[in-house]
Amino acid sequence: MIRSQKDPIALMNFPGSNCSYDCHFAFKNLWNIKLQDVFSCDRVLAGDIRGLIIPGGFSYGDYLRGGALASWAPIINELQGFIKKGGKVLGICNGFQILLEGKFLPGALLKNTSNRFICEDSFLEVSTGPSLYQRLLETKISLPIAHGEGRFFIDKDGLKNLEDNNQIVFRYQEEKNPNGSISNIAGICSKDGHILGMMPHPERAISPFSGGSGTAGKQVLETFLSMCL
Amino acid sequence: MQEQEMSDQNKAVVRAKGIEESYGLKKLLTRHKLTEEEYGKIKENLGRSPSFSELGVYSALWSEHCSYKSSKNHLSRFPTTGEHVVMGPGENAGVVHLKEDLCCVFKMESHNHPSFIEPYQGAATGVGGILRDVFCMGARPIALLNCLRFGSKTHPKSSWLFQEVIKGIGDYGNCVGIPTVGGNVSFDDCYNGNILVNAMAVGLIRKNRIFTGKASGEGNLIYYLGSATGRDGVHGATMASDSFSSEDEEERGAIQVGDPFSEKLLLEATLEVLEKNLVTGIQDMGAAGLTSSLFEMAERGGSGLNVNLDKIPVRAENLSAYELLLSESQERMVMVVEPQKKKAVEEIFRKWDLAYAVIGQVTKSEKIKMYHKGKLEVDVSFKDIIKDAPRYNRPMKFKKKKIKSNSFEKNIIEKIREFGIKNFIWKILQSKADKSFIYKQYDRHIGSKTVLSSDNKGAAVMWLGDEVKNHPFLGLVLSSSTMERVCYYDAQIGGEHSVWKAARMISACGGKPLAITDCLNFGNPEDPYVMGDFSQAVDGISQACKDLNTPVVSGNVSLYNETDGVSIHPSPMIGMVGIIDDVRQAKPCVVKEECFLYLLSPKDKIFSFVGSEAQTLCQINQELGLIEPIRADKELQAMKFIRDFSTSESFLACSDIGASGLLSTVIQMLIEQDLSFDIEVPENEKEQYLFSYMPGSYILALKNKNDILLQKLRQNLTHYELKNLGEIRKSVLDYRVNHESIPKQETLTTYRSSLPL
Repeated sequence: MIRSQKDPIALMNFPGSNCSYDCHFAFKNLWNIKLQDVFSCDRVLAGDIRGLIIPGGFSYGDYLRGGALASWAPIINELQGFIKKGGKVLGICNGFQILLEGKFLPGALLKNTSNRFICEDSFLEVSTGPSLYQRLLETKISLPIAHGEGRFFIDKDGLKNLEDNNQIVFRYQEEKNPNGSISNIAGICSKDGHILGMMPHPERAISPFSGGSGTAGKQVLETFLSMCL
Repeated sequence: MQEQEMSDQNKAVVRAKGIEESYGLKKLLTRHKLTEEEYGKIKENLGRSPSFSELGVYSALWSEHCSYKSSKNHLSRFPTTGEHVVMGPGENAGVVHLKEDLCCVFKMESHNHPSFIEPYQGAATGVGGILRDVFCMGARPIALLNCLRFGSKTHPKSSWLFQEVIKGIGDYGNCVGIPTVGGNVSFDDCYNGNILVNAMAVGLIRKNRIFTGKASGEGNLIYYLGSATGRDGVHGATMASDSFSSEDEEERGAIQVGDPFSEKLLLEATLEVLEKNLVTGIQDMGAAGLTSSLFEMAERGGSGLNVNLDKIPVRAENLSAYELLLSESQERMVMVVEPQKKKAVEEIFRKWDLAYAVIGQVTKSEKIKMYHKGKLEVDVSFKDIIKDAPRYNRPMKFKKKKIKSNSFEKNIIEKIREFGIKNFIWKILQSKADKSFIYKQYDRHIGSKTVLSSDNKGAAVMWLGDEVKNHPFLGLVLSSSTMERVCYYDAQIGGEHSVWKAARMISACGGKPLAITDCLNFGNPEDPYVMGDFSQAVDGISQACKDLNTPVVSGNVSLYNETDGVSIHPSPMIGMVGIIDDVRQAKPCVVKEECFLYLLSPKDKIFSFVGSEAQTLCQINQELGLIEPIRADKELQAMKFIRDFSTSESFLACSDIGASGLLSTVIQMLIEQDLSFDIEVPENEKEQYLFSYMPGSYILALKNKNDILLQKLRQNLTHYELKNLGEIRKSVLDYRVNHESIPKQETLTTYRSSLPL
């Protein structure tokens, strides 16, 4: 892969973002890409950053609601501008929660219907639509999930909008919805397809022998990467 | 200065007289769980009566939990050295060498008593405590395991205790971001009044970057770092050394509350200051809080301390010196820092948003002096308090050794025949239970190192490839076990079997055992039979560790697991660490494709019903069969065979046969898959083959019957034989055992609906 001197992808760290290592590891391991760390209290995003990953974890402990406190951190102001300039964002798990709490994507994530944390493989269907993810990913993939608050919820109109605009990228396969998400939603994107928020962890499914099972995560990260280069 | 010290001491004496008079000596001693003899020793030690705070300090440090007063004389018999051992018992955790400069730090610890009172917080803080033991040495934790025992599934408290403990473990580990990859859980009447919650943490460290908990260097600063101090857990250490009575509910106030987010920050801050060489000594505040950390660090470093308790960050009003010293508030560390590094460390503490304070200095004297509101509250020689800590050779009695009874085995076999194979295996599976409810609540994959974890039902395997240059597929293999039902009949042989069981799990996946940690859960040490069991279990573990060359590098003892005079079965929990050269060849227990099944077992077979699941279900407890001792040389041969054979592509999966027997093992290897099996064992010994504990026997799943490597290795198997057991096929048809059908769907339903929810 052709790369500029400094890799144009950043990782947004909050106190308690515990999947940062996994993201670094995935990009280094797959493409020898060094993600640039940015921190919750930073007030500037470097101009050369074209893609931003918000990793999983428990930002600020998530004692209130997943992502609720993080969405008020100083760096979030920078995120606004970054998106306006056409920057690409990938929010994974807690990152997805933060994107919703910060209103970058519509909807909310509630506690799983079981009221328990769930760590298992999820079986996903990739819907058809205009985003690069929908165009490039295989229609059925498996990715691991690990969350306590992953039940996607949105009101009727909101759901209709998401459907009309083809913004629902990932759905859990019917009968295999692990957390009670409305319309089996596991991940959605912005209308322009630049922002993707998802509960499953692609960074954990890149190696044939470690992490969650399968290597489908590589495709997801690769698609994100190709949008940023 | 001399004069000042004199007058300070006089003040302490005057106050002490005050407390003896105002509380009454007897009440004071009962509350502090000290005997009159021990109190006499304290006075002798100090040359005067203790102050109230000093009494608290002595009672905590001389508690069973901190001083190991009943167990220390026995623990010294453990083998603790070996070529891989970098650091044995005595530090916060043990260290073994892996490859290049990479070492593994690990330890297991109990949190039984708090978890019984408040299961969610008790289990959560148990995880927090063991993580701190590992990262305060400079190691980054990479895995957690849990060994749990609950009362009978039908006991009214079991469901609540079970669900809350699981949630507590999960919530804490998940939030800190350390994968929980393994462990073991079971239920037995003997734990009705005392559950076991033992947590094990494993971390990685470079050989030349190991930090220890010592306070040294006159003038160095003592830092307090982490959560502010509250009243929680005041006297937790003495509580852990106390047996319960059913009315004991007032202890609830003593339970600590966990904050995994603070733990995560503390973890990162600690590793950063250690990485930057800014700290000369470090220790977490565990049982007995600030008291035990300061005294232990002073003792290890051979230096005195002057401490100002007013400096401690607090989150409760009017905390007394006594409470400040003994609070077990979680997520706190003590660090010793050279004065010139003050600015650098504080910058890092602030970066991680942690409360900190300089609470004192290292001195040249042999005294630890603690001041509160201008008064000298504690003035104790750290040498004396540790050196003079009571040690007991408690009286021991030994249960009569059981004699082999021919009728024992016959009775069990008859009982099994009454049930029939199908009904009996369902009973066993009900007792084993599908554990996915548990492990699905644990993040098992975070950290990108997990190769095999709990859903595989065997040992856990962690990939270390990005940690060592020349061994890109190196892996760590982790297992845990205890065979408490064997221990109940013979603690020595049971102790031995517990270690071997852990080693078999590591061997089954192709790993080589390296070392162990243990958590010795026993009843009341003042009961001579309990002490007898303890001593025998130590001997059994020692023997096994010598035979396996797996020294004991760390551990913990939990005594007084007794309620209303009933003690738990001896439960020496073993946590074992092993190594595997190529994680891609690690054998899972679970089979996912069609294959042939083989039984690898000693030529002179051992069928043991003692301590087996079958025995428990048949409720035949009076007469006993002989418990087979371990045959070390033979077993080692099987372990080596599996290791050597694990390079074969054809070798798909492997599991040892434990107390639930062969049939249960086979079923658990494939029950979640769309697979079925057809196996056959000698008809005349059907019950023994299917349901007994077969120590040192394994089931191997092979893709091809004619594996070249297998043919070659097989020739060296002098003590063992490898026999075809049957095959696994893709099929919706029922399971078949000696031509008898076991309905698949009902088996699955039985297996899945047997946890106390």
